[in-house]
Amino acid sequence: MARAVSLRRKSLTTAAAWLFGFLIFFPILWMVLASFKTELEAFSTPPKFLFFDWTIENYGIVQERSDYLRFATNSIILAVGSTLVSLVFAVPAAWAMAFSPGKRTKDLLLWMLSTKMMPPVGALIPIYLLFRDGGLLDTRVGLIAVLFLLDLPIIVWLLYTYFKEIPGEILEASRMDGATLWREIVYVLTPMAVPGIASTVLLNIILAWNEAFWTLNLTTSDAAPLTVFIASYSSPEGLFWAKLSAASTMAIAPIMVLGWFSQRQLVRGLTFGAVK
Amino acid sequence: MTTIFLRGVSKTFGDVPVIRSIDLAIGDGEFAVFVGPSGCGKSTLLRLIAGLEDATAGRIEIDGADVTDVPPAKRGLSMVFQSYALYPHMSVRGNIGFGLRMAGEPKDVIRQKVEKAAAILNLTALLDRKPRQLSGGQRQRVAIGRAIVREPKAFLFDEPLSNLDAALRVQMRLEIAQLHESLARTMIYVTHDQVEAMTLADKIVVLQAGIIEQAGTPLELYHHPVNLFVAGFIGSPKMNFFATEVGAVDPRGVTVAMPGGHQVTVPVEPGSVRPGAKVTLGVRPEHLKPGDHGDLAGEVQVAERLGGETFLYLGIPGGQMIVVQADGDNPTRVHDRIAIRIDPETCHLFDADGRAIPRLRRHPLADMRHPTSQAN
Amino acid sequence: MATRQTRAAARAAVAPSVLVLFLWMIVPLGMTIYFSLLRYNLLDPGNESFIGFLNYEYFLTDPAFLAAFGNSLKLVGAVLAISVVGGILFALLLDQPFFGRGIVRLMVIAPFFVMPTVSALVWKNLLMHPVSGLFAWIAKSFGLEPIDWFADAPLTAVSLIVAWQWLPFATLILLTAIQSLDEEQKEAAEMDGTPPVSFFFYIVLPHLARAITVVILIETIFLLNVFAEILVTTNGGAATNIPFLVYAQALLQFDIGGASAGGIVAVILANIVAFFLVRMIGRNLEA
Repeated sequence: MARAVSLRRKSLTTAAAWLFGFLIFFPILWMVLASFKTELEAFSTPPKFLFFDWTIENYGIVQERSDYLRFATNSIILAVGSTLVSLVFAVPAAWAMAFSPGKRTKDLLLWMLSTKMMPPVGALIPIYLLFRDGGLLDTRVGLIAVLFLLDLPIIVWLLYTYFKEIPGEILEASRMDGATLWREIVYVLTPMAVPGIASTVLLNIILAWNEAFWTLNLTTSDAAPLTVFIASYSSPEGLFWAKLSAASTMAIAPIMVLGWFSQRQLVRGLTFGAVK
Repeated sequence: MTTIFLRGVSKTFGDVPVIRSIDLAIGDGEFAVFVGPSGCGKSTLLRLIAGLEDATAGRIEIDGADVTDVPPAKRGLSMVFQSYALYPHMSVRGNIGFGLRMAGEPKDVIRQKVEKAAAILNLTALLDRKPRQLSGGQRQRVAIGRAIVREPKAFLFDEPLSNLDAALRVQMRLEIAQLHESLARTMIYVTHDQVEAMTLADKIVVLQAGIIEQAGTPLELYHHPVNLFVAGFIGSPKMNFFATEVGAVDPRGVTVAMPGGHQVTVPVEPGSVRPGAKVTLGVRPEHLKPGDHGDLAGEVQVAERLGGETFLYLGIPGGQMIVVQADGDNPTRVHDRIAIRIDPETCHLFDADGRAIPRLRRHPLADMRHPTSQAN
Repeated sequence: MATRQTRAAARAAVAPSVLVLFLWMIVPLGMTIYFSLLRYNLLDPGNESFIGFLNYEYFLTDPAFLAAFGNSLKLVGAVLAISVVGGILFALLLDQPFFGRGIVRLMVIAPFFVMPTVSALVWKNLLMHPVSGLFAWIAKSFGLEPIDWFADAPLTAVSLIVAWQWLPFATLILLTAIQSLDEEQKEAAEMDGTPPVSFFFYIVLPHLARAITVVILIETIFLLNVFAEILVTTNGGAATNIPFLVYAQALLQFDIGGASAGGIVAVILANIVAFFLVRMIGRNLEA
């Protein structure tokens, strides 16, 4: 079960793994392929797999016609913006919880995480009405606020786990070396926590980028990110699959890349430490 | 002049009292070692002195100033941690110089002092490496370098050698002793290893369950342990103990019976016990002389040969097993019967509460003290 | 490690986050509860009146509610089943040595990072379209009638899409758990001559138990709130679940009062499910 496995067994496993992996990945692959076809070929029967006229016209059309760039910019602003705001709140909170734990720290952490379990529909109506009356509908500020509140528990949790991994003795050593609290944080804690903070930021950008419920309900055009943009293709108008595929590929590309790097954070962040 | 006084210092974590009202005095330049079993509070005591924990009660004075509420950064002490606690993102140079940076010293002064400390500790070639590129012993030296470069009032060591392998431990022990010699600063050292304690200390403080069992020079603790705990803790292998009764009392001492019948008159103060009282007799393995004739006989069950010495484990009448230290050339084999001679001068007697009955004569070396050592 | 100085600073550092999350919890929920007791329709503003629990009565007795509730449960159940079983299988597969493990892992993990709206549309149009979708072509190649997924079996279709998205999550979690199985346990079992199937059931599965329960718990929380996929594929219809029902009432029918009641019902249902789950599963969320 460990050590060297026979070549035959390894080959069989390789074949099986590639087959199933490919099956899972197929829809994405199919979509990317479709983005390079002309509309006619995109839904031709029988479907063409590799031998068709490769073209990049769809990408161009999507860019011009539907102002793809605006949606993409919004996605970036919302994802990065909400992450940064969360960091401002979360870094001190996680630091405090990790290094000065009180009797109720664990309960507090659990409570924070439990706020994510509330069904969003429970808050949809008031938030919608508040936003409407407060002029926050379809604004980036409004969405950043909502996303920030959604992100905060996970960011606090992730940073907490990373901070806890910093050996307390190193911080004590800095105290013995004459560092005040502020300098301890700046010169010792933060540099050591940077990898953890970076991975947390990464995961959070992904989650915020893909967040659909609130973006679909609270934006229409000005602040609408890519989730909304793609959703607007949902009404069946036919003969647009290639463009849809191009738009979709562009919408998910950055996240697919980031996602690859944040697998470990995903496990850590979304299982709340129950799985190591 | 760095004297450290603890007066009535206690520490409770939640409901658990870890340190119970400790009074301690450490003189200028003295090497004090806190030693004791796990959980005795020795590390906590060190951290209280460092300022990394708040005392629940009591006062801590450094050089006459009350520092009980002063944060660690301002107490002027340095600490070497068990895990070295080096800053992983800084080079050796950065690690050693960090304290000076915090103190606001100018860059060239820092560079000078760092290089001097590095030279003392043989770290000059490693100055630009990161901690993860260093071996355990090298990291240990960097931690020490970081401590000495700030020229603190006193050094605190928290089990610094525990993470090193045996050979390295012996070598570093020597280096620390030499460091103490050359720097002539007060050092407080925590360890669970009584060999380290005995070899390094000017004063050993034996702790158990948050109280000081005994504080004194190494030889004082060796020759005049005040209770069973200290007697059994100091010395390896452990002192042999025999449960027995007082047979007779006279000005020469107290007479007790050994298993097998032989009577020993131990030269301790006769006034504190009466015939019939239950006592414990203690003799160290190194004070039992094996031979063909003797006061006690038994069968060898285990023989540990270290080459330079041999430890024989004897089963004696009554079923108990005792340890005898014999010469490395002793040819005794397992299952041989041998006899041992007991010299009453080397015996200890403890009353029913485990307290040592004071000896009539003090061992000449037991009162060799560090010049500034204070009475508690 | 904490001393007096750090403790005061610590409390100040945590306070803003706690405050902000507390408001986020209380304010919308409170308002929703308030609205649920009113007759309040956006098409008829200014005419709100207190009607007590009438909204709840209407919502719960509406046949659409039972259907939506059923759909919610079916969706969660189906996706859990597929993702957990599939997750275990893929995790076992990925744990084996073979060539190109990194790439296969990438392929299996990918769907989780795809935006829900994109997944839904790709499946709906490129794969499941009854005329020009890939599945239709495959069916016709075998001489079978292509399934009109979203007309005949919309819930099944949505379940498939969501399951596809969550399978990677389950796989990743379970793979992490499998790889944490002590190498020495494996070797001990080998020395004992344990056959592979027994090894799986007696050693691997118990070790995975905790990870599986975590996957179920986390997925359930998110699956009860599936929304985007339904919006984009069927815009409700026969695949409506509770969140969509509430959304429809609020933003399509503008019945704030009724929808609020629905929202509260959704919250209560989620709490009940969570309570039972956590009870069944025991103490698995470690802080």
